[in-house]
Amino acid sequence: MKLLRIEDIRKSFGSLQVLDGVSCELEKGETKVIIGPSGTGKSTLLRCINLLVKPDSGRVWLDDVEVTDPKMDINHLRSLMGMVFQNFNLVTHLKVLDNVCIGPMRVKRIDKKRATDLALEKLATVGLSDKVGSYPAELSGGQQQRVSIARALAMEPKLILFDEPTSALDPELIGEVLAVMEDLAESGMSLVVVTHEIGFAHAVADEVIFLENGKILEQSSPEKMFTEPKHQRTQEFLQKISHLYGHESRAEEVA
Amino acid sequence: MSFTPPFKLEGITDMNQLSVLIDGMPLLLKGLVVTLELGVGFIVLGLVLGLLLALGQIYGNRLVRGLCIGFVQIFRGIPAMVLLFIFYFGLAQFNINLSAFVASMIAMGFRSAAYQCEVFRGAMQSIQSGQVVAVQALGMNLLQRIRYVVVPQSLRYCLAPWSNEFAAEIKDASLCYAIGVTEIMRQGRYIITATFGNAMLIYVTVALIFLGVTSIGLWFLRRWELKLQVPGF
Repeated sequence: MKLLRIEDIRKSFGSLQVLDGVSCELEKGETKVIIGPSGTGKSTLLRCINLLVKPDSGRVWLDDVEVTDPKMDINHLRSLMGMVFQNFNLVTHLKVLDNVCIGPMRVKRIDKKRATDLALEKLATVGLSDKVGSYPAELSGGQQQRVSIARALAMEPKLILFDEPTSALDPELIGEVLAVMEDLAESGMSLVVVTHEIGFAHAVADEVIFLENGKILEQSSPEKMFTEPKHQRTQEFLQKISHLYGHESRAEEVA
Repeated sequence: MSFTPPFKLEGITDMNQLSVLIDGMPLLLKGLVVTLELGVGFIVLGLVLGLLLALGQIYGNRLVRGLCIGFVQIFRGIPAMVLLFIFYFGLAQFNINLSAFVASMIAMGFRSAAYQCEVFRGAMQSIQSGQVVAVQALGMNLLQRIRYVVVPQSLRYCLAPWSNEFAAEIKDASLCYAIGVTEIMRQGRYIITATFGNAMLIYVTVALIFLGVTSIGLWFLRRWELKLQVPGF
């Protein structure tokens, strides 16, 4: 049984057809990376998975439960999927620990003690045990993003969606976040990642999907995609990105 | 008992003036209590109703939104005095006899709600929507998002503009003089008529009392604002 199934998603904003029939599947434990030029609907596709954006047509299944069914409790389904945003989006008036606790406590109604233990455990996983009492504004971008990953992990989700998680970070902070993501992938978590970090895709992805003009132009394993892309457009795009983002993974060991 | 103009204020040693002040002070303070009851009442009623109006404008459907916007427009666009007269004298014409105090509370409370709604709405709309989307992705429903993210943050943003509103309401309570509420202005008037003068003395005293109340209130609000400040906010 596939963990995630996306069938023929279409979405347009006004006259702009952003997604034009996208389908794909994800197995448990897999990592899929979505690449493509800006504005091709990569973020929109991600947001159609947890229905932050409602697709015009098409369906999504999580563990054979239809997410897009209007009769389903979308809030419950969202609690089963984690999401990490480009701009971190931590709640600014709450301390780091409270940011990570708030999901388990308020959405899953876990009692405070257990939620706190869970939060501390996840913050330790991302290497931020010493920052639990700080406010988001006191942290660097990389630290904030790692907190938001801990926030997603605290919900113990079936999969985590990453929407360009490192695009808003200073270059020297990207590595620490990618390292956390690589660890997650290796520990068996299912990830769907929209990113430009080719090195990360190469190191970690089970499959890379190239999205252009709202359609999947090409999808294959990282080795095949990066060494022998089938389409001219893919080749051009990859050349442009390698130039900017490099080939090797920028993940580093988090002390 | 003669009236001495204040610029000859060696008149403070004038036993007439001093005795007027001393005798009149208890009355003025009685009036102050009523003024404060009114002022605080307007603020509290305005806060609760204003918050609901703001939420209605942002999250309500078209009908709710329209009603809220209409309410705010009406109560911001009509002078306080006219509102007071409508609720007191106007309703009395239809045999709805509200006491001056109650009429004041309703008219000015609604008016305060309209102003406070705008303060809250501005604050809520300026909250970074990314945070709301993020907790939505965690699975929070609308009520939870409002309760745990939108309201706590907007109340913090509100404190500074809200201080203005607080001072304004305390001061506007004096308008209720016009429909006969026995607040501080009316007590002052009684003293003046009873002592055949001393208008400047009494009204300056009333002014100083108001100044004292608003200053103390604003000082407390400022301290509260500083206490609630979150690093980097």
